[in-house]
Amino acid sequence: MRSHEKWVQGILFILATTAVLTVLAITFFIFSEGLPIMVDRGVTGFIGSTRWEPLSGSFGILGMIIGTIQITLGAIALGVPVGLACAVYLAEIADRRLEKILRPGIELLAGIPSVVYGFFGLSVVVPFLREHFPGNGFSILAGSIILAIMILPTVVNISENSIRSVPGDYRSASLALGASHWQTILRVILPAARSGIAASVILGMGRAIGETMAVIMVTGNVTKVAGSIFDPARTLTGNIAIEMGYAAGEHREALFATGVILFLIIMVLNFSTTRFSRKAGDVK
Amino acid sequence: MKKLFILGITVLMFVLVLTGCQSNAGDVKNPSKQQKGANPTGNITIAGSTSVQPLAEELAGAFADKYPDVRIDVQGGGSSVGVQSAKDGVADIGNSSRDLKDSEKAYNLYEYTIAKDGIAIVINPSNQVDEITSDQIKKIFAGEITNWNDLGGKDAVITVINREEGSGTRGAFEDIVMKDAAFIGSAIIQPSTGAIKQTVSTDPDAIGYISMGSMDSGVKGLMIDGAQPNSDNVLNGSYKISRPFLMLTKDEPQGAVKAFLDFIFSQEGQDIVGQEFIKVK
Repeated sequence: MRSHEKWVQGILFILATTAVLTVLAITFFIFSEGLPIMVDRGVTGFIGSTRWEPLSGSFGILGMIIGTIQITLGAIALGVPVGLACAVYLAEIADRRLEKILRPGIELLAGIPSVVYGFFGLSVVVPFLREHFPGNGFSILAGSIILAIMILPTVVNISENSIRSVPGDYRSASLALGASHWQTILRVILPAARSGIAASVILGMGRAIGETMAVIMVTGNVTKVAGSIFDPARTLTGNIAIEMGYAAGEHREALFATGVILFLIIMVLNFSTTRFSRKAGDVK
Repeated sequence: MKKLFILGITVLMFVLVLTGCQSNAGDVKNPSKQQKGANPTGNITIAGSTSVQPLAEELAGAFADKYPDVRIDVQGGGSSVGVQSAKDGVADIGNSSRDLKDSEKAYNLYEYTIAKDGIAIVINPSNQVDEITSDQIKKIFAGEITNWNDLGGKDAVITVINREEGSGTRGAFEDIVMKDAAFIGSAIIQPSTGAIKQTVSTDPDAIGYISMGSMDSGVKGLMIDGAQPNSDNVLNGSYKISRPFLMLTKDEPQGAVKAFLDFIFSQEGQDIVGQEFIKVK
């Protein structure tokens, strides 16, 4: 039996490390493919330029960095208030029966494939925007609306958890001092849960930045910097997905370099999430 | 007992992980090991233009019905990938939906034009405009004409829809229509024929271009310089926006690859081509 256990241990160890090794391999691969062209073009030719004409040798991704930020911020602006309200309602106000309907509904949102969101956006959101707002519908706003829906489960679940983990004493003390339920939520519970809520926003941002398929279908994928929320834009992920199939040589390297930038953004977001959730732990 | 079970599962997983890595690189060479006279056997790998891909798949399916011993694997990737794959020998046949560039001609690949395809300029069926000149198309996609009333339509801003850089259809459109003019930067980019059709069929002011074989009732193909977008007009030369579908091989085709190409140029193969594209024989 002993020797069996050693074997099992060894094999499990190898399998466990494959996950870490895969991350390392992917990181190494992306950087080794993407860095040469970043070094070659320098900051001004790559990150600082908005000219993306891969077939004529211009690889400026500033337009896409800005596009990604615009669409993500839009998604946060639309999705977080709704998600937070939903979390407060679920944690503080809804009774069991309502909760039983609402929660599966929100969780269902997380299970819908992103291409379905994209198709919904293309056949409902885009035509709606085209009819009621300036522009032709393919826009930052369309992308933000779709992403706002897609990040709801993340925002709702994590915010709700952090609201629920606010100690009951806080609530009792506030109510005992004569504050109304609403005042308690607004002045005591939300501030106490703020680090968890912030973590939910950052994780939502990560989801929004990483989303590809749904965004490609509704944002118009123009590499020019958008002047308003009704203008089309292209995201970093969209850039990779759209052109990867064809790219060769420098063009391919430039797409990997786009991946490097994306990788760095996601890393920064992930690190700040761990910081926030650590702080959230301190509150308890 | 339980530990043995876990051990079994772990070993099984391990084996699966290892076998998953096995490549089928050895199969690629098979087609060349044919004896003469016998029915062709082996595997054919085809890669390249996503415009040629559906046709290649259909031809491969019909071919497989006749010669069940041949397995054909059709992949996409784009015309550049097709040329590159043929040159590197990664694929037995590389597909391209454009003529070879000078730099690619230097590879000395064997080149077979299996079909021709017209590119249709499509608009929403509710749009009153029916006819347009090549020069006007160029000006629309370059951003010089921006309103439908310049073309005899209603007063509405044209929504220009373009394909992504690297797309074979875009490359062909650029070569044939745009020539030296640059595309307008603010055009919506949709990464597939399907997405272009979906957009044009829902946006009354949109204009885009797709392969003639993919046209359906959701979109309206414009007459260009007086010629309707149909195969007769492509073959007689009056419809100018057309391109060849090429299959490329590195070496002189033999064995299964030769049998497949012969099949494509047979009556039966060309009938399949003719269902959506334009026959060359």
